[in-house]
Amino acid sequence: MTTVSLDENTDLRVIGKSLPKVDSVGKLIGLTAYADDIELPNTLYCKLLRSHHPHARILSIDSSAALAIEGVVAVITGEDLPIKYGIMPTSQDEHALEYEKVRFVGDPVAAVAAVDEETALAACRAILVEYEPLEAIESIEHGLLPPSDEPIHDYAGPGNIHRMGALEFGEVDEGFANSSFIREDVFFYEGNTHLPMEQHSATATFVGDQLTLWSSTQNPHYVHRALARVFEMPMGHIRVIAAPHGGGFGGKSDPFSHEMAVCKLAMITGRPVKCTLTREEVFYVHRGRHPVLMWVRTGVAKDGKILAMHFKTALDGGAYGSYGPASMLYTGALQTTTYNIPAYRFEGVRVFTNKAPCGPKRGHGTPQPRFALELHLDKIAEAIGLNPVELRRRNYVKPYTRTINHLRITSCGIEEVTDRVVEASGFLDRKKRLGHGMGFAVSAYMCGAGLPIYWNRLPHSECIIQVNRGGVTLYCGATDIGQGSDTVLATVAAEQLGLWPTDVRIVSGDTGLAPVDLGSYSSRVTFMAGNAALQAAKEMREIIVKAVAEKMECSPSEVMVGDGKIGELSFEEAVVLAEERFGMLSTRGSYSPPANIGGKFKAAGVGPSPAYSYSAAVVDLDADPYSGEIRLNKVWIAHDIGRSINALAVKGQVEGGVYMGLSEAMMEGQLYRHGLHKQPSMLDYKAFTFMEMPEVETFLVETIDLEGPYGAKEAGQGPLLPVIPAVVSAVHDALGVWVDEVPITSDKIMRAMDAKVKGREGRYGPKIFPNISYPTIVKVPPFDASSSAF
Amino acid sequence: MLRLPRFSYLRPGSVAEAAQVLSEYGSRARVVAGGTDLLPKMKRGQMEPEVVIGLGHINELRGIRATEDGGFEIGACVTLSEVVASPELRAAYPGYVHAAALVSTPALRNSGTIGGNLCVDTRCNYYDESYEWRKALGFCMKKDGNICRVAPASATCRAIASSDTAPAAISMGATVVLVGPNGQREVPVESLYQDDGQFYMTKAPDEILTSLRMPSPGHWKSSYVKVRNRGSIDFPLVGVAAAIQMKGSLVEACRIVITAVGPQPLDVSQAAGALVGKEIDDTLLEEVATEAAKPARPLDNADLSYVWRKRMTRRAIEQAIREAAEVG
Ligand SMILES: Cc1cc2nc3c(=O)[nH]c(=O)nc-3n(C[C@H](O)[C@H](O)[C@H](O)COP(=O)(O)OP(=O)(O)OC[C@H]3O[C@@H](n4cnc5c(N)ncnc54)[C@H](O)[C@@H]3O)c2cc1C
Ligand code: SF4
Repeated sequence: MTTVSLDENTDLRVIGKSLPKVDSVGKLIGLTAYADDIELPNTLYCKLLRSHHPHARILSIDSSAALAIEGVVAVITGEDLPIKYGIMPTSQDEHALEYEKVRFVGDPVAAVAAVDEETALAACRAILVEYEPLEAIESIEHGLLPPSDEPIHDYAGPGNIHRMGALEFGEVDEGFANSSFIREDVFFYEGNTHLPMEQHSATATFVGDQLTLWSSTQNPHYVHRALARVFEMPMGHIRVIAAPHGGGFGGKSDPFSHEMAVCKLAMITGRPVKCTLTREEVFYVHRGRHPVLMWVRTGVAKDGKILAMHFKTALDGGAYGSYGPASMLYTGALQTTTYNIPAYRFEGVRVFTNKAPCGPKRGHGTPQPRFALELHLDKIAEAIGLNPVELRRRNYVKPYTRTINHLRITSCGIEEVTDRVVEASGFLDRKKRLGHGMGFAVSAYMCGAGLPIYWNRLPHSECIIQVNRGGVTLYCGATDIGQGSDTVLATVAAEQLGLWPTDVRIVSGDTGLAPVDLGSYSSRVTFMAGNAALQAAKEMREIIVKAVAEKMECSPSEVMVGDGKIGELSFEEAVVLAEERFGMLSTRGSYSPPANIGGKFKAAGVGPSPAYSYSAAVVDLDADPYSGEIRLNKVWIAHDIGRSINALAVKGQVEGGVYMGLSEAMMEGQLYRHGLHKQPSMLDYKAFTFMEMPEVETFLVETIDLEGPYGAKEAGQGPLLPVIPAVVSAVHDALGVWVDEVPITSDKIMRAMDAKVKGREGRYGPKIFPNISYPTIVKVPPFDASSSAF
Repeated sequence: MLRLPRFSYLRPGSVAEAAQVLSEYGSRARVVAGGTDLLPKMKRGQMEPEVVIGLGHINELRGIRATEDGGFEIGACVTLSEVVASPELRAAYPGYVHAAALVSTPALRNSGTIGGNLCVDTRCNYYDESYEWRKALGFCMKKDGNICRVAPASATCRAIASSDTAPAAISMGATVVLVGPNGQREVPVESLYQDDGQFYMTKAPDEILTSLRMPSPGHWKSSYVKVRNRGSIDFPLVGVAAAIQMKGSLVEACRIVITAVGPQPLDVSQAAGALVGKEIDDTLLEEVATEAAKPARPLDNADLSYVWRKRMTRRAIEQAIREAAEVG
């Protein structure tokens, strides 16, 4: 790993160091209690009965036989939890347990609490549900047609259309008219799932009037809110605690049926109730990557400058709304954050299908269009005779500019990340040889969504720091899902207070003990909670320094802070002194993104972020012209992190992103057959193991963002994005065929090669984009520059 | 997690006792060695024995012995890891040992036995999921149902022979010893299997496989090529065992056994006849491989397309012959 910093101030003690995460020892020695490790006395175990039909009306549910089984304590059905919920205000379309109809194989219809899991499972099997099957919708194309019996949902529409959007920025027709070269392409990105090592688990207790839920959730804040809604309880009587995570990747971001069920069953039985999903159920809970069909048309000038782009997407949403309205808009929002596109039109649609609901997965809605966009640019470069790096460079956005769709770009290391990977890999000097190829791609990602998921004016993140002889404790609602957010918060505070990260105790992910943080999604925690922590820590430092300065009879600026000392005193002595002087030592910090980072038009809520990270990747591989088998040789990845709070943790995220990207690019598919998931098991859902990983060389580029904490941006999602198109591009480089679809498996490459050998177009992928009646395009006026410096 | 259903576990003291209890319980019982195949299948409701009879602890089943004819007898409960770690076996049967080394993962090879591997269930992606999933899809004739989902017109189940070591053992002319209520018999490994994915073994359900007898390798050199999506864990999509005897640069004899392209391993050595007395060259190899791959009938019930798997059968045959003959 190499770090290149554009910063002159290197006077930092712990920020930027490669240190173990603060919670790593507990995980290593097996002491960390994940949600499934929580065992309370007298616990009952819950299992959910799930639908065997992809789409059916429920005629009756009879649980009497289940209740008669010895050891069964309670059985609930949807009528016990009739209030609908959903993560977004516009898609409150889920019942904890469905009682009117089921919408996919795996949709929960009843929940049992019993003395053990075996009994609960036997009871589920004893519940009799009478169904009336309905036509199952299995594809995007099918979802676009008028349904033959009834739509999957009775809201939205027409038919099974969930959401549509159509926006135009700048003069697109004019841009095309002025273009000297125009190209159109169609791409398909298969859906895939998060595959966290830890299955979801939840335990609830109801004592007095207080409901407590421990859950493997990324977003206790939103779960808290959904529980208050469903149970019609005051929020003050509900506490949600996010247990330490064995991976989230977006798959633990919605409120879930099993969480609702254990709460209800705890209320009914008065005993703790626990539910841990099986791996198969995790595939049904899903909320993963949407399958997206894409069409893109771009016009360029002679020199390769983009003059206009038209991007159309169609998303397979699965059975429920989830984050879908946002996912749909994300497939059109961030194209402009890497390239200067002066005229841009986007049309998108999300359809409901009878499959496990899709939602956010690492990169939420943006890996699919990024894959399409990067390959599309490769094809344009080839057609106009420019090398793909040069074509991109001619179009790169500049730092401190505004995109055509009103997004504010601040620090931007796109040139630097390109330099790093292109130089290190020798991409431009590669020798052409059949079967060997290299591919290059770039991307950008958000450092936190600019707006909360539901409208509110609360700060997006708050921190409290409390200091006394017992040490430093930092309270924040953020959730460490393994990405290292506790480490970031501890490191930020430690730097200010002259301590080591492990000197700072973190209380996080607890709606009852910690102040608000919206959750671990959209790569927001380092930037937002990090800033809140920084503010609280700075204030704490000032208070302690002030007390010490008074005692030393010097000015505060003369008091040195560091190495566990404040001036001449040890940190502990200084803390006692300050507490004697000022009373209880407690400071706070909060963060809200600036108001001017995005536009004011409808749908402008998706895309704005206080900063964007930039990544570039080169993939080197060998591809067998006969079998289509790929052997990965090496990946170079460079990431504009703003600043590393902990270089080791950043590297872990970057390389984890590369791993996930390669796996999605080459293997993963949440596939369906005959109306149900084709392979809901870890052996048959193919994903990379570490044995499939090639060597990765990582470069961290520090652009020191002016608003990020110490200049930091994000690493959790961005680095995945360029990897996927780079793999496909490298296969094209190796064999001269295009596979315009991921995953790019051996058999697809073989089919493209066969076509080429037979003299047809050497391509595998979707041929046509359906004719979709998108709504009338909303022409958005240019950004009002008076509201912002740029 | 998926839980094991309730069952009784018996721990017989000897093979004879095991054979006796197995015949007493009949179809209600199953033996278990390493359990790496049986236990996941019990969790998914694909196998529902009321009684499970452990073999792993029985000493008679555990050793690797050199035999008088220059071969080896390997006890059924010798683990795959033990086979991989044996320099003698590696020297004598590189193809077989390589096949054992390519089975699943190190952890599974530490428990998985060679006997269990020879008896491993056939696979099909309409079948290898949980009870609830199979119920949603509709059961098939291999378990709980009455039609074949992948080939509805087929009178028999077409689930895929998936043992990696079986083709390698067949290519060496190995035999197995079976002990049943009526005593002991020795049969060629090849005749252990039949063309039916449901009743894939010819041995009686109450017969216990006690050892694998590998004849002296003589001048046979051998190899095993496994095609799969992930080298780290997956079952074979195609498996090819080749054994060859050379005289100088000329082929004297060649055996080829292919697997994972139908319900049983197939001895396609006939096609290798064209190699005898000749030097191996690309054109000849391609012809032989094309011919040898003809009986391969992959269906749409495993990973990647069957067209691809069929094509890879040819490729893997070529590669296995080259590797066995040690020619580039
Ligand atoms: C994730 C995963 C990946 C795998 N990958 C592979 C692979 O790539 N290739 C492969 O070949 N296998 C694979 N396997 C299957 C299995 O692990 C191996 O085949 C292993 O060698 C089985 O041996 P065992 O001792 O564990 O068998 P067990 O599970 O104990 O038994 C398997 C079957 O054989 C019967 N049996 C066992 N011993 C005897 C005996 N002595 N006499 C009569 N019947 C007997 C049992 O009743 C049972 O039906 C995989 C399994 C898993 C879970
Ligand atoms: S081949 Fe047919 S019968 Fe056999 S397991 Fe598969 S679907 Fe079932």
